[in-house]
Amino acid sequence: MAQTVFAPWTEADQKPLIEFRNVTKRFGEFTAIDDLSLKIYEKEFFALLGPSGCGKTTMMRMLAGFETVTEGNILLAEQDINDVPPNKRPVNMMFQSYALFPHLSIWENIAFGLRREGRDKAFIDTRVEEMLRLTRLTRFAKRKPHQISGGQRQRVALARSLAKAPKLLLLDEPLGALDRKLREETQFELMDIQEKTGTTFVIVTHDQEEAMTVASRIAVMDEGRLVQVDTPGQIYEAPNSVYVADFIGDVNLFPGKARARPEDTQIAAAAPDQPVSDQPVPDQAAADQTATAPMAEPAPSPTATPPEGPTVARLPAPDAKGDWLYDKIFRRFLGDRTTAPRRLPPPNAEELAAPKPEPAATAQPAEPAIKPGGIFIDWAEGQPPIIAAGGDPAMDGREVTYSIRPEKVTIDTVRPDRPNVYEGKVIDIAYLGNISTYHVELAGGRMVKAQMVNARRLANRPITWEDTVWVGFTETAGVVLEE
Amino acid sequence: MRRAILIAIPYLWLTALFLVPFLIVLKISLSDIALARPPYTPQFDFSAGLEGLGAFFSELDFENFVFLTTDDLYWKSYLSSVQIAGLSTLITLAVGYPVAYAMARADEAWRPTLLMLVILPFWTSFLIRVYSWMGILASEGPLNAVLLALGIIDQPLQIMNTNVAVYIGIVYTYLPFMILPIYSALEKLDGSLLEAAEDLGCSRLSAFWLVTWPLSRPGIIAGCFLVFIPALGEFVIPSLLGGSDTLMIGKVLWEEFFNNRDWPVASAVAVILLAILIIPIVLFQRNEQKAREAEG
Repeated sequence: MAQTVFAPWTEADQKPLIEFRNVTKRFGEFTAIDDLSLKIYEKEFFALLGPSGCGKTTMMRMLAGFETVTEGNILLAEQDINDVPPNKRPVNMMFQSYALFPHLSIWENIAFGLRREGRDKAFIDTRVEEMLRLTRLTRFAKRKPHQISGGQRQRVALARSLAKAPKLLLLDEPLGALDRKLREETQFELMDIQEKTGTTFVIVTHDQEEAMTVASRIAVMDEGRLVQVDTPGQIYEAPNSVYVADFIGDVNLFPGKARARPEDTQIAAAAPDQPVSDQPVPDQAAADQTATAPMAEPAPSPTATPPEGPTVARLPAPDAKGDWLYDKIFRRFLGDRTTAPRRLPPPNAEELAAPKPEPAATAQPAEPAIKPGGIFIDWAEGQPPIIAAGGDPAMDGREVTYSIRPEKVTIDTVRPDRPNVYEGKVIDIAYLGNISTYHVELAGGRMVKAQMVNARRLANRPITWEDTVWVGFTETAGVVLEE
Repeated sequence: MRRAILIAIPYLWLTALFLVPFLIVLKISLSDIALARPPYTPQFDFSAGLEGLGAFFSELDFENFVFLTTDDLYWKSYLSSVQIAGLSTLITLAVGYPVAYAMARADEAWRPTLLMLVILPFWTSFLIRVYSWMGILASEGPLNAVLLALGIIDQPLQIMNTNVAVYIGIVYTYLPFMILPIYSALEKLDGSLLEAAEDLGCSRLSAFWLVTWPLSRPGIIAGCFLVFIPALGEFVIPSLLGGSDTLMIGKVLWEEFFNNRDWPVASAVAVILLAILIIPIVLFQRNEQKAREAEG
């Protein structure tokens, strides 16, 4: 995977392209950036992520030169650029409002920076053509900005800021003005262009999905400080604080008290054959995710119910005569018959009336033995403690928060055999089409979110409102956080 | 139907208040002077019927327009008016643009106050303000007193009753008409455009010439016309502040009308003035149209 190959931040001898050295920025009494140090490497797609007012835009404007640094230094390719004015920095910016010059055509907009450099006409012509081609705007070169759509304007802004081939491109909420569908397309386009040009991109965004999609590394900011700087995977699976866990994606948080767990538990002893994984927590958690995925919605296993159900029997398939007919006549003009999957017909009345397939215990794959060690978390009176194998036993006796993503929590109508299982009642179901999020209220009132992939169609789903269900998760699925 | 009525109202308004008076003036310009009341002939006689109408039209001629070409007072006045109006427009622009720029760049909380200060002079009568300039510019007025006291001059300057006084009067009077359209163009200007220009390699000054100036051009053009058009026919300022050698067509028109009581010649002067003004007015309209298109 390219992601694992490209990781200059792990190599000690790599020289950063950008370095913030103890940078502080104050606006009067207000401290926007507080003693912040950060290194950004060449060819990175670096995202500054945070809620509005966290200082991410100030960081970007300091890089562009529109804001001065109150204390500390910003280095670009090991040169202090504190006193370099914006028009002398090898840095270009794509503005949130795009800031296209309304009195100039698309072509002139893109050529603007090159003309200021005093380049000769032939060079400008080729470069602008190249940029127009890169952003698929050649047809619109003669138009004015108000004559093209929002998505096209966004691409003009990108082409204009890339035209001078800057060492560093700053993108200020570049996709904020686009609708969802176009935004997703443009994210991939941005990554593609970033790869093609090899430019270092720094993107400012408050949209965590956008940051996760495009960035090689994300810096999560809060109140002028960096909370965590890491790859999207690490940020999501191994957040270093409740703030990050809560800010990125959806999460269940269980505040509680840690209690050291014996290294050699009875359960672990019961299945000594099971190899104990010593992988770090996030990878284990990721593995768990894939392991639990098929369980997300228990399918009737072949041993429990023979495949007489609607799926296979109702698939239209030719018999011997049909095959013969096809071979003799239709093959000539239609070619070989493909056995492509066909669309499922809607369930008929009979199928709807049929008893729902029981998500029986047979659906459960053999549960591996619970990994020993880690901690228990006592999070509520009268509830069994959460087993967190990834917890540090040294946390014993301290206040901690157990954080687990909804997609790692399973939901069943019968008690599953999992390390952490709690009974509750379905209060709400958020149906998003591809997935559903179930809000389950546990005894004692705590709400837990569990997510399931909707692998099957609506009529066959066994869980509805007010049902008594069991939520469960493995001992390694969550992260123990200390605040 | 409702639409037609809605459109008809402004058209009726324009017909009644512009087209009809203009046709009357045009008719008078084609008439002859007469010692009568009103002081021109022919008069339209409703009782004479169709025949009278024929006789009425046969008496109209272009005699007065021909007369305007025989005396060089008239074309010199027109030319001098265009010159004075043109130069004062440029001076107004030079004074007004920085004011408008500073207002647009001022803190948002201050802008309404600054805007009000620009409009404030309209709260007093135009005539009173011109009269007060007579006092200020007089040989023994406060301006000369201050300059003498500072030792900049040792003789009082003769500003009153010269073209300089006329320029001062016109620039002062029409300055708000220059500031307001430029201000509204500059206020709309997105600050990030200037940052983008700087980001792409412009210095502050070149960013001004390449971005701010072209984007404020609709405001500049509107302001120039709003000053030039009324200044061209200006009558009060040259007659109060100007001297005997200040030639402006508005003053000539007044003298023909009231001193000579030659309504036909005065009307001819007015018709030609209108013809001269139509050119900038049409250009002004086209500019406005373009600005609207650029926005939409």
